[in-house]
Amino acid sequence: MGLLSKKDSKLILDPLADNNPITIQVLGICSALAITAELEASIVMSISVLFVLGIGNVVISLMRNIIPSKIRIIVQLIVVATLVIIVDLVLKAFAYELSKTLSVFVGLIITNCIIMGRFEAFALGNSPWRSFLDGIGNALGYGVILIIVGFFRELLGSGTLLGIPVLGDPIEKTGLYSLGYENNGFMLLSPMALIVVGIIIWIQRSRNKALIED
Amino acid sequence: MEHLELFFKSIFIDNMVFATFLGMCSYLAVSKKVSTAVGLGAAVIFVLAITVPLNWLLDQYILQPGALSWLGEEYASYDLSFLSFIMFIATIATMVQLVEIVVEKFSPSLYNSLGIFLPLIAVNCAILGGSLFMQSREIETLGLALNYGIGSGIGWFLAILAIAAIREKIRYSNVPPALRGLGITFIITGLMAIGFMSFGGMLTGGDEEVAPEAESAVIEVIKEDIKKEDAKLKSDLEIAENTNK
Repeated sequence: MGLLSKKDSKLILDPLADNNPITIQVLGICSALAITAELEASIVMSISVLFVLGIGNVVISLMRNIIPSKIRIIVQLIVVATLVIIVDLVLKAFAYELSKTLSVFVGLIITNCIIMGRFEAFALGNSPWRSFLDGIGNALGYGVILIIVGFFRELLGSGTLLGIPVLGDPIEKTGLYSLGYENNGFMLLSPMALIVVGIIIWIQRSRNKALIED
Repeated sequence: MEHLELFFKSIFIDNMVFATFLGMCSYLAVSKKVSTAVGLGAAVIFVLAITVPLNWLLDQYILQPGALSWLGEEYASYDLSFLSFIMFIATIATMVQLVEIVVEKFSPSLYNSLGIFLPLIAVNCAILGGSLFMQSREIETLGLALNYGIGSGIGWFLAILAIAAIREKIRYSNVPPALRGLGITFIITGLMAIGFMSFGGMLTGGDEEVAPEAESAVIEVIKEDIKKEDAKLKSDLEIAENTNK
């Protein structure tokens, strides 16, 4: 990357694969699983987390020298809660149907461990620009997993992507359905998200032997 | 009767871990040994039992649209529900801090065994999730809110106890190297979640709203398909009638 130094671009690229917040750091799992039945919901959730984590990291980093250590969790919670309220209100105003699908999980971004985790691990000890890059990197890593899971669940579960039928029409029996293919309704159920993430972890760890436990 | 129904529903059908995946981070991190899992589970039940009713009171008398009418007529039109997130999380953080102080004073041994878990619970999504679901499902009375809090906590406790017991056993099984630890836990949790869906049949006698949300996604897809088939059949019928005339 031209404009960022080697160290800085590492901050963005690392969480995309080797230090992925969901599959390696084991953070942010809750929302990753519950809302990924539709690709659109996954994309919107990723953008929301990008916003909250990016700006939150910068704010905490700017305040890092004046927050007393004893109340830092409460200060972090207030910063995140405010940003999430903004996201929630924007969603309710511009994408009401989607905010109904996401329901309480927008609020649960507050307790999304990635955000608190990055505040503690990075923003409290680094400059605002680097904290911003770290926030963007981790949010992108989270987004990548969400989009992969959402992609497969929606494609295999309802034969659509972003609401557009891509495998043909199941009623008219065109496209793939004319060969006898049926939608795998199982994929729309939430437990399958867990199994898809398990498979992603399997693939990731098979390719990079260093990540294997025990 | 309503209490018993809500209690069983929140433990088995709307199980916090298996139906809505709340509290997964600490669920995955702490489930390596049964003893630590029991400690965390007990702490979660305790905190949920305190914070859900408290947040219910907050929601009822301050946050809901029209809730402030007890202050005076002119306040009846205020809707403070956009402050829910911040007020709920503030209550939770404060209550957890208070509980930590009280436990340290009155039962040092319990405090030592809970260790780091108690402060970590403040940011556990299960706790905030419990309060948010209580708000979105519009639980009606304080007693039901307490019931919901304890029931959800017990559901979470059951889940983490089960996965900890299983993880202790599979340490001696032949799991593929890349799946060991995190990967196999995800897959097992998924299978357990599928198993818990079987409870959806309990309590559906008579009450329409008791059907679990997990199934409604599939039902919606089937309904859409049926509607489309219906529309197509109708149009085919019209075409047939028109050509016959």
